[in-house]
Amino acid sequence: MTTATLSPIALSKAASFEAQAVKASARRNRLLSLPALIIIGIFGVLPLIIICVYSFLVAAPYGGVQWQFSTDAYLNFLFQRDIFDDTLQFTPDFLVIYLRSFLFAVVTTVICLLLGFPTAYFMATRPPAQRNWWVLLITIPFWSNLLVRTLAIMFIIRDEGLINNALLALGVIDKPITMLYTNFAIQLGLLYAFLPFMVLPLYSSLEKLDFRLVEAAYDLYATRRQVLWRVIIPLSKPGIIAGCLLVFIPALGAYVTPLILGGGIHLMIGDLIAQQFGSGRNWPLGCAQALILMAAVLVALFFYVRNTSGKVQHG
Amino acid sequence: MPEQPGKNAIEVRGVRKVFGTGENQVAALDTVSVSIRENEFFTLLGPSGCGKTTLLRLIAGFDFPTAGEILLHGQDIAPLPPFKRPVNTVFQSYALFPHMTVAQNIGFGLEMLGKPKAEIEARVAQMLKLVKMEALKARRTSQISGGQQQRVALARALAPQPKVLLLDEPLSALDYKLRKEMQIELKRLQHETGITFIFVTHDQEEALTMSDRIAVMSAGKILQVGTPRDIYDRPAERFVADFIGETNFLQGTVVSKKTGVATVKFAGDATIAAGYPEGFDPSGEVTLVVRPEHADLVPDPAKGTIAGTLSNIVYFGTDTHYHVRLEGGQDFIVRHQNSRSSPVTYATGAKVGIQFEEDAARVLKY
Repeated sequence: MTTATLSPIALSKAASFEAQAVKASARRNRLLSLPALIIIGIFGVLPLIIICVYSFLVAAPYGGVQWQFSTDAYLNFLFQRDIFDDTLQFTPDFLVIYLRSFLFAVVTTVICLLLGFPTAYFMATRPPAQRNWWVLLITIPFWSNLLVRTLAIMFIIRDEGLINNALLALGVIDKPITMLYTNFAIQLGLLYAFLPFMVLPLYSSLEKLDFRLVEAAYDLYATRRQVLWRVIIPLSKPGIIAGCLLVFIPALGAYVTPLILGGGIHLMIGDLIAQQFGSGRNWPLGCAQALILMAAVLVALFFYVRNTSGKVQHG
Repeated sequence: MPEQPGKNAIEVRGVRKVFGTGENQVAALDTVSVSIRENEFFTLLGPSGCGKTTLLRLIAGFDFPTAGEILLHGQDIAPLPPFKRPVNTVFQSYALFPHMTVAQNIGFGLEMLGKPKAEIEARVAQMLKLVKMEALKARRTSQISGGQQQRVALARALAPQPKVLLLDEPLSALDYKLRKEMQIELKRLQHETGITFIFVTHDQEEALTMSDRIAVMSAGKILQVGTPRDIYDRPAERFVADFIGETNFLQGTVVSKKTGVATVKFAGDATIAAGYPEGFDPSGEVTLVVRPEHADLVPDPAKGTIAGTLSNIVYFGTDTHYHVRLEGGQDFIVRHQNSRSSPVTYATGAKVGIQFEEDAARVLKY
C-alpha cells in the first residue's frame, strides 16, 4: 500500500487537495447549470411573477391593465357584482367549467392508463430489436402539428365524415350520428392527443422490469392476475405516476382540442383563460384564472404523490 | 440399476425441447429420460448450453416440452402452469421482489396459496430461523448482501414446502469462501427439510461434493447418471471423463477382450487389462483414461507401466503435477500429493517411469 508509507503531513495535504478538487467540481457543476437557470428564470419565473402581479390589478377597457390594486379578479371568479346595488352574488359559471375540465382530465388520464398499460406491456415484451420500431410508431403523431391532427379527427367524426358515411353506406344507421361539437368529441380528442404521453413513460418503466421476477411470482403460486397486481404494477409505479402527471396536467389546461372539437360550446379552462385575453379583454381575470388552475393542480399533485408513494412503501 | 416404482419424485420420459422454427430450429433437449428419487440431492451437471437449465425450466413450468412427459409422483405435470405445480425454484439471479421486505418475500408463496395470516407468520418465522436471517426480516432486499439474498431466496422457495426444490446455479454469483459455506448450508437444509433438491451447475467440484447422484449432460443429452464416485471413477464416455476432474487420455488398440475387461496395447509396447462401461463393445482403436492421482512416478523407467521424459513440474501447494512426455509424443500428467517428507526429487529432462494399477485405467470409445 502506498498510503502506509506516506507521512501524516503528506496525508493531510492529499486530503486538502481532495477537498479542493471536490469544491472545484462543485463550482463547475454550478456553472454548467447556469444556462438552464437563466432560461427558467427569464421564461418561467418572471412571467409567473407578472401574472401574479397582473391578477391584482384592474382591467383596462381595451385590454392590458391599469396600475391600481384590486382583488376583483379573484372575487369575479366566484361572484358577480350586481349592476344596480353593487352587492356580490354567487355565480358558479367558472367553477362549473373548472369542474368539467377536471372531470375531462380525470377521465382522460384513467382511460389513457387503461389503454396505455397493455400497449406499453406489449411493447416491452417484444424482442429488443423490435422495441425501437414500436417506440417510433408511437411517436409518429408528434411528426405533425396537433392542430392538423385535431382537424383530421373533425373530418372523421363530423356528420358527413368518414364514420357516418361508412355507417350510412352499410345501412347500419339511416341518419348521421352527431359526434362533432359534443363532450364525446372533446374526450376523444383529448385521449388521442395524450395517449402517447402515457405510453412512453409506462414503456420505459416496463422495459426496465426484470421479467425473472414475474417468473419467480408464477413459481410461487401467483396467478396471472396476482402477478399483475402484486409484482408488475408495483414495480412499474414510477412509470404510472409519470404517465398520469404527463397526461393529467396538460389535459386540464388543454386549449386546441376543446376549441375545435367542442366548437366553443363546451368550454374548458384553457379556452376560458384564452378568452379573457382575447374577446373578454379582462387580463387580471385571465391571470387569476390561470393561477387558480395552478393552485388546484398543485393541491391535486400533493395528494396524488402522497397517496401513491405511501402505497409503494407498503408493498 | 433397477428403479423402484413409486419412489420417484420426478420422472422425465422422452422429453424433447425445440426452440425456434424452420431452419433456425435448435433442439435444446434431445429426448431425455431420467428418474429422480424422493429426498435425493440430484445434480444436473454440464457446460453452458448443454440443456441443463432448459430441463430445469421444463420441470418448473416456465417452458413446455415439445414432446414427452414429466411426472411428479406419478402425475403428468408437463401441461400445468408454474403456479399449479408443487415445485419451487431458487433462481440464479435470486429474483427477489425489490418492493418487499425479506419477510414479505418469504411469505409471498404462502400468501398466494391463500394460507391464513397466522400460519404465514409462523412459517416465515420458522424459515427466517432456518436460514439464520431473523435479524434482517424487515430489511429491503436491496439492503442486504449477496450471500444474505441467497439465503432469502432459499427460504422463499422452501416456505411453501414444495415437493421438489429446483436450484438454478444458485451459488455462481457468490465468492469462493461464501460458496463453500453455502454448499454445506444447502446440504444441511436438504437434510433437515427432506425435500428433493434438483441442482443445476457447471461446477464439477460443487456437483461432486454435494450430490447424491449426478446427471452429466452435453449437447441436449444426458450422458451418464450415477453417484459422484460412479461418475468420477467409472466415466461412461470420454466427455464425462474430460469434463469431470483431470484425466489423461491415451490412444490404444484392443488386443483381446473378455466380460467387462479388455486388454489394450498402448504407448508403444505397453499392455493393460482394464474395465469398460456397460453397453460398450471395445474393438480396434480405443481411448484409455487414467486419472493423474491414480498414477505414480518411479525413478527407474524400466519399472513403470510406461516410460517417458519429465517435461515440466508444476507446484500447486497441496500437490505437484508432473508432466511427462511419452515416447509416442503424448503428454501424461501425474499428480503427487505433497507431504512433509518428500521422498524423491525429480528434475525436468529426467527419464522416468509411470506406474498405475489395472483398475486405475478404463477403456472408452475412441
